[in-house]
Amino acid sequence: MIELRDVCREYQVGDNKVMALDHASVHIYPGEFVSVIGPSGSGKSTLMNIIGCLDLADSGEYLLDGTPIDDYTEKEMTVVRNRKIGFVFQSFNLIGKLTAEENVELPLIYQKVKKAERKRRVEEALAMVHLEKRAKHLPTELSGGQQQRVAIARAIVTKPSLILADEPTGNLDSKTSEEIMGIFHGLHREGNTIVLITHDDDVAKEAARSIHILDGKLSEVER
Amino acid sequence: MFQSLRMAMKSIAGNKFRAFLTMLGIIIGVMALVILVSLVNGVTGSVTDSISSLGTNLLTVTVSDDKGSPIKLETLTEWSDEEGIGDIAPASETSVTGKYDSTSTTVQVYGTTPAYQNIQDLTVLLGRFLKTTDVDNNSYVCVINETAATSLVGYEDCIGEEISLDGMKFTVVGVLEDNDSSLTAAFGSDSLVVYIPYTTLLRISSTVSTDITSFYVSMEEDSDMDTAEAAITALLLDRFEDDEDAFTVTSQDVLEDTTSTITSMFTVLLGSIAAISLVVGGIGIMNIMLVTVTERTREIGIRKAIGAGRGVILQQFLLESVVLCMLGCGIGIFLSWVVLQLASVVTSSLGLTFSMQWNVVAIAVAFCFLIGLIFGLYPANKAAKLPPIEALHYGG
Repeated sequence: MIELRDVCREYQVGDNKVMALDHASVHIYPGEFVSVIGPSGSGKSTLMNIIGCLDLADSGEYLLDGTPIDDYTEKEMTVVRNRKIGFVFQSFNLIGKLTAEENVELPLIYQKVKKAERKRRVEEALAMVHLEKRAKHLPTELSGGQQQRVAIARAIVTKPSLILADEPTGNLDSKTSEEIMGIFHGLHREGNTIVLITHDDDVAKEAARSIHILDGKLSEVER
Repeated sequence: MFQSLRMAMKSIAGNKFRAFLTMLGIIIGVMALVILVSLVNGVTGSVTDSISSLGTNLLTVTVSDDKGSPIKLETLTEWSDEEGIGDIAPASETSVTGKYDSTSTTVQVYGTTPAYQNIQDLTVLLGRFLKTTDVDNNSYVCVINETAATSLVGYEDCIGEEISLDGMKFTVVGVLEDNDSSLTAAFGSDSLVVYIPYTTLLRISSTVSTDITSFYVSMEEDSDMDTAEAAITALLLDRFEDDEDAFTVTSQDVLEDTTSTITSMFTVLLGSIAAISLVVGGIGIMNIMLVTVTERTREIGIRKAIGAGRGVILQQFLLESVVLCMLGCGIGIFLSWVVLQLASVVTSSLGLTFSMQWNVVAIAVAFCFLIGLIFGLYPANKAAKLPPIEALHYGG
């Protein structure tokens, strides 16, 4: 499903070269719920960018669904992101001018899905996060937890191979966090592959498998 | 496409005041273009109308080189019998001091023949015009216009009074109605005009000779100006050894042509100035679009993360800039229409009407569309090229 082999990514910060990912290798199987845990600056975000096809590795190999991503063009990466990956961000990243349902609809518009089909799938996705009644609201009219649920609906509406969540509970209080984690567990039970990136041990423990990251080096933590 | 259009409208509506300020440049540019060109066209129409109302049944002939065979009064009499030619009258003009009692002023004196009345379509108010006998006898009689009567003599009914022109006494035999639409009126409406027999002018003026260098020709009845022009040109060529440069025949068509050349130059000039202001408006659009791209960097990042390609982002911002321009254009055209209606009401007493020139409106719309496209291209391309990770982490 996801396979990284000796992936390296270097950044130039001022005069210094920072090794954000140092020969990282990881294998994630379909239907797995994996958490990636590490302190800030450890290379979590870089790992997520590469897995999420937002960035390309300097060296090493990355296979998504058995397809190597190494030398994709920007256009091909866009298509991969649109079809195979659903993003959930820490700061929700909803578009403020659009209502909840319009936000959820957006990836389908980019896929050029027909209007009737879009409507059906948007309703389905919103139902899965129990937000049918809030469909016409703008993000600013929703609570943090509700906004994150809209973001999850947007991530799952395209039925992606992988749901990639970057600190999804980072901006939420503990009660809402539990709610969101509950939704992730639900999605996992339905067979979705989930990679959850966090710095919070308690959140990381919820996943079946945890991967530690420190200074760009990965290590498995079996539970 | 339709989705992008809706997005563009939404994002413009989301910031109405800024959108209005941005459009102001385009609005003013469009108004300048439409109003100025329509005004020039309106004035042109009225000027052309008044020129053609001066009458086009008149040719002016000026001789610059007589080749040793100057034109005399008798020649003109002979020529006036030719096919195609109506009347011919000489017109030598001089400026003299006119006196009556203690009043003294400068008057225009025309030395001519009776035919002049028909050619210039002069209306006799009192008395009579010059007669053939006046010319034959070099009589000291004169016909004056209303203005001359009232300002020199003091009253209109002045038949039989004696006025002095450069010290010579002339008896007033007729008073002419002031003709507002005559050529002389058009170029100096309140001048004092005195007509005397051509032969008499020869006596009192040292500059006018028996050689006629300038005369008017009218067309024969039931004929047209072209025939008359051809006939007189043939006669003149015959006399002046086929030298076309020896004389000029001017009809009022030439005047109309000149006027239309001048006004079309004005149209182009004002149009270009307006076009420049439209371009300046376009730069304003570009400026705001660049700000918008920066402000919405994060949104662009989100869209790219969930699968919007470069083309989609480019289209979205390009469409926004074009919609902004076209809205400005629409408002500008509407305001121009209002201004032109007001201008028409205000100037209706002058007989001017200003109507929207639809070809200018079409040009304005096309121009605005192009400006929206051209000045939107750079910001839209900038937005489309943003790398998704940087855009996502922008400002948070």
